[in-house]
Amino acid sequence: MSLLNRTAGALYRRPRLRLSLLLTAPLLWLAVLYLGSLSVLFVSAFWTTDSFTSEVVKVWSTDNFHELFTVPVYRQVVLRSIGVALAVTVLCAVIAFPLAFYTARVARPKWRPLLVVAILTPLWASYLVKVYAWRLILSQGGLADWMLKPFGLSGPGFGLPAAVLTLTYLWLPYMVLPIHTALEQLPANLLDASADLGARAGRTFRSVVLPMVLPSVAAGSIFTFSLSLGDYITVQIVGGKTQLIGNLVYSNIELNLPMAAALGTVPVVVIVVYLLAMRRTGALSSL
Amino acid sequence: MEGIAIRLRDLRKSFGETTAVAGVDLEIRDGEFFSMLGPSGSGKTTVLRMIAGFESPTGGTIELAGQDVTGLAPFERDVHTVFQDYALFPHMTVEQNVAYGLKVRGVPKSERLARARQALAEVRLEGYGARRPAQLSGGQRQRVALARALVGRPRLLLLDEPLGALDLKLREQMQVELKALQREVGITFVFVTHDQEEALTMSDRIAVFDQGRIQQVGTPAEVYERPATPFVASFVGTSNLLAGEAAERIVGTTGTYSIRPEKIRVLKDSEGAGEPDHESAAGTVAEVVYLGDSTRFLVDLDAGGRLTALQQNLETSAEDVAAYRGSRVRLRWHRRHTVHVPDPR
Repeated sequence: MSLLNRTAGALYRRPRLRLSLLLTAPLLWLAVLYLGSLSVLFVSAFWTTDSFTSEVVKVWSTDNFHELFTVPVYRQVVLRSIGVALAVTVLCAVIAFPLAFYTARVARPKWRPLLVVAILTPLWASYLVKVYAWRLILSQGGLADWMLKPFGLSGPGFGLPAAVLTLTYLWLPYMVLPIHTALEQLPANLLDASADLGARAGRTFRSVVLPMVLPSVAAGSIFTFSLSLGDYITVQIVGGKTQLIGNLVYSNIELNLPMAAALGTVPVVVIVVYLLAMRRTGALSSL
Repeated sequence: MEGIAIRLRDLRKSFGETTAVAGVDLEIRDGEFFSMLGPSGSGKTTVLRMIAGFESPTGGTIELAGQDVTGLAPFERDVHTVFQDYALFPHMTVEQNVAYGLKVRGVPKSERLARARQALAEVRLEGYGARRPAQLSGGQRQRVALARALVGRPRLLLLDEPLGALDLKLREQMQVELKALQREVGITFVFVTHDQEEALTMSDRIAVFDQGRIQQVGTPAEVYERPATPFVASFVGTSNLLAGEAAERIVGTTGTYSIRPEKIRVLKDSEGAGEPDHESAAGTVAEVVYLGDSTRFLVDLDAGGRLTALQQNLETSAEDVAAYRGSRVRLRWHRRHTVHVPDPR
């Protein structure tokens, strides 16, 4: 007991020691495993391979990046990947907003936590299970086809739209949660004040609710955007022949590791740019 | 009817099991500075919120300038509100906040900017238009809220404990300014407060609320000097009631009587009895509270009960008054200051 007390006392008097004990392990993790592997990735992107044996040749060259920017397929895939990530983000935002508005402000207060749990439930199921479920839904003669048949339509089948749809389903909770929180914390007084000054519901929504919740939409979009940009399994399962960055990385990893590394830096750079853009909206402070 | 800004008829509001407002009838005249005074939970804020349209009544009607507005939405009423926590829009500048109501009503940009600037000048905040509410002090936010509510020149301004969050000095200053502003713009002010001093200093008339009902409506002097119920007597000013046997022995008849502490003189026990038109009671000083400019004596009466007397410290020092503790005294006051307080029905 007294040893414990003495240790506690010594720690209390030495804030720096306290802090270093607290942070050493996580900082090592961050520096060695995370930043370390990122820099290995970046460095290896400047190596090449022996085209005959597929052995990595550690000779400095910018060939991979040169190829990335000049070969049309690569450019197309990069643009397509960013497009998918943006489409998923927009769809998530459009679906999440009314949902979050209901769970945060319309539903009875005692039901709200339950509704939030219901929105989070899909996250408890395995990623693969959900994607294969969508594969079943979208397959020929599957649920989507069956439901659209009476209207003379058919499901989207496997391809780019199917990938966007599935990714939207997968990442939707990450968009609903921050918007729900923002709407829940929106002071009711501000809505009263707006109405008091003569504003109808639509005006109050445009001038008060939306501007105040927008940073949280941006915060949610950081999740949906980066998760979509890094995904390659969904598109393999429901995307038909569609290729995204992740697929190119995956297919290059055996034969041309440096090219895979060069491709892998693309989403990192894109997300850094995206984060910088989102920082301007105040999204990072509402995460 | 002319000259009536608000008429409430048997206004009621319940939230589930609890009754917040239990039948309020009230008329507020045009151009009046009217206060609704009461402890928290007395229903005064709920009445205000029903006048503004934020809550719909469970029963009764609300008329504004002769028009029944009971079922109308807040944006359909010519009423603006100053909220307790100001409710300024944090994502807008001060100027945008003030101009918001004009913008909503489609006032052209140049005109609404000019009017917003003028409104800011009225509350002495020129040059603050470009700031955000977060960059202002509490008193400044209060003024912005006031400017925002006044810029559209409503018929009626509702103020929900607007000075509650300010410190004492600022609050006293704002009381004077608010009153002056009200006289200047000539708009009817309905002011909700739990601070009896605030209500007494600012109002033309006061309604005292308790338990969802109005206990008394009157001018500050009427409410203070002639409290209609024991609750009003104790809530407005210091509670100083004589009741039961003590009342019978001192005043001569049974009932509840209120005597304001500043009307009572503290004399030595040997002197002061038998003065014509005066009432007096002997007792022992239980406690002496030195307040700087005055001293409060708590006296346990021989006849039973306890009275508080307030004396100016004209020539007495803190040491002098402290010596009174435990000593025998006689309290004396003029008969006209013994106010009979009717017991509640």
